[in-house]
Amino acid sequence: MGLVVLTTLVILNLPGHAAARLKLTIGSVFLPLFGLADASSGIAERAADSVTPRGTLAGESNRLRRENEQLRLQAIQLEEMARENQRLRDLVGWQHKAPWKLKLASVVLRDPENWWRTVEIDLGSRDGIRPNMPVLSTDGLVGRVVAVKLTRSQVVLVGDPNCRVSALVQNEGRDTGVIGASGPLDGKLVEMSYLSRHADLKPGQRVLTSGLGGIFPRGIPIGTIVDSQLVEYGLYVMARVRLSANLSALEEVWVLLP
Amino acid sequence: MKWVDAMLIAGVAVLAVFWEASFDGVRLLAGTQVHLLPPLMVYAALRRGFGAVVLLALAGGLLKDSLSANPFGASVLPLLAAGIAICWRREVIFQSQVFAQAVLGAAVGVAVPCMKILLLLTMRESPLLGWGTIWQLVVDGAAGAFLAPAFFCLFEWIEDTFMYQPSGPGSFRPDREIRRGR
Repeated sequence: MGLVVLTTLVILNLPGHAAARLKLTIGSVFLPLFGLADASSGIAERAADSVTPRGTLAGESNRLRRENEQLRLQAIQLEEMARENQRLRDLVGWQHKAPWKLKLASVVLRDPENWWRTVEIDLGSRDGIRPNMPVLSTDGLVGRVVAVKLTRSQVVLVGDPNCRVSALVQNEGRDTGVIGASGPLDGKLVEMSYLSRHADLKPGQRVLTSGLGGIFPRGIPIGTIVDSQLVEYGLYVMARVRLSANLSALEEVWVLLP
Repeated sequence: MKWVDAMLIAGVAVLAVFWEASFDGVRLLAGTQVHLLPPLMVYAALRRGFGAVVLLALAGGLLKDSLSANPFGASVLPLLAAGIAICWRREVIFQSQVFAQAVLGAAVGVAVPCMKILLLLTMRESPLLGWGTIWQLVVDGAAGAFLAPAFFCLFEWIEDTFMYQPSGPGSFRPDREIRRGR
């Protein structure tokens, strides 16, 4: 028993890179199970596709066609606005903004422990993923890459104590604060702290990434203000923010490449 | 401990950890994930002994930490402590009683996460804690109470189905033996 305890203490005190390598090695035990789960979900999807009625598929196809046309019109409009923005930036002499490069990933695992908010995605170092890359969904910010393996990466979600995001409120004052941890049960609400005590916060105001800190680019939607209160003897304001992205039902996410 | 037992315990531990990480049904229903290793430890400690406890604590703990944001190895000591505590007093526990299995499952289901949280706090980690943690522990306790007897049933079924069964006494009765005289 002493030997086991000693071994565990040695493992717990390993340097970061050695522990990460050992974690990766032990985690490879699950590779056959990943393959099996992928194959079985593929079979289930194909089976579901084969029994979907033709009418449903035709209806879905029509809806997607209409949505596609609307999006194309929006894209044309946005392209024109982007050109205008570029011309104005040139006139004022501001730096050009490079468009985002995104890579789609599937969420394959969730953290088995209840006190962390992390997921694993099916992209790794061989796909060009590096630590600290931002991860988004179509609704808003999801988190950042924290550890990268060859074929998978660990993403720490917004609301985890290890994922702090500098954010600004879309109001007159453009008040800035830091998005911190959520509660252990409700992952949809997170705390935004260190807001100025004079901040003019109203429920429903949008919260975006501020671009400070160098990890998340400016302007990614995070959520909306729910309520706010003065804390630490009136030193600063803390607000609760309802996240835009539904982190408990993530299936596919986008990794933002530099 | 026989190698078949070891393989069986380790195999079930791998499947249990994979289930915890990949299936969200309970998490969506109860708002928290249930843990399978503590009730499995109750079975290993009561029926398989010290070797199985060490194997399950090491294999299960390290496998779980490999999929989690826990510091690597943080799950081993709480599982080991719970397993040894049961193993130490297993002669005085009614192992075959479902009630005893359920009570131990509930106790270990709550004790292991509590010990893990304490260990994380001593390592200066900052896990998500709050009033909701009490609900998580309640769910873990209830799941442990249900799953510990379920693991006993599962392993008994596996043994009955796949393991070598010693043959019974047979139909020979010495009192009906025909003794031949001259």
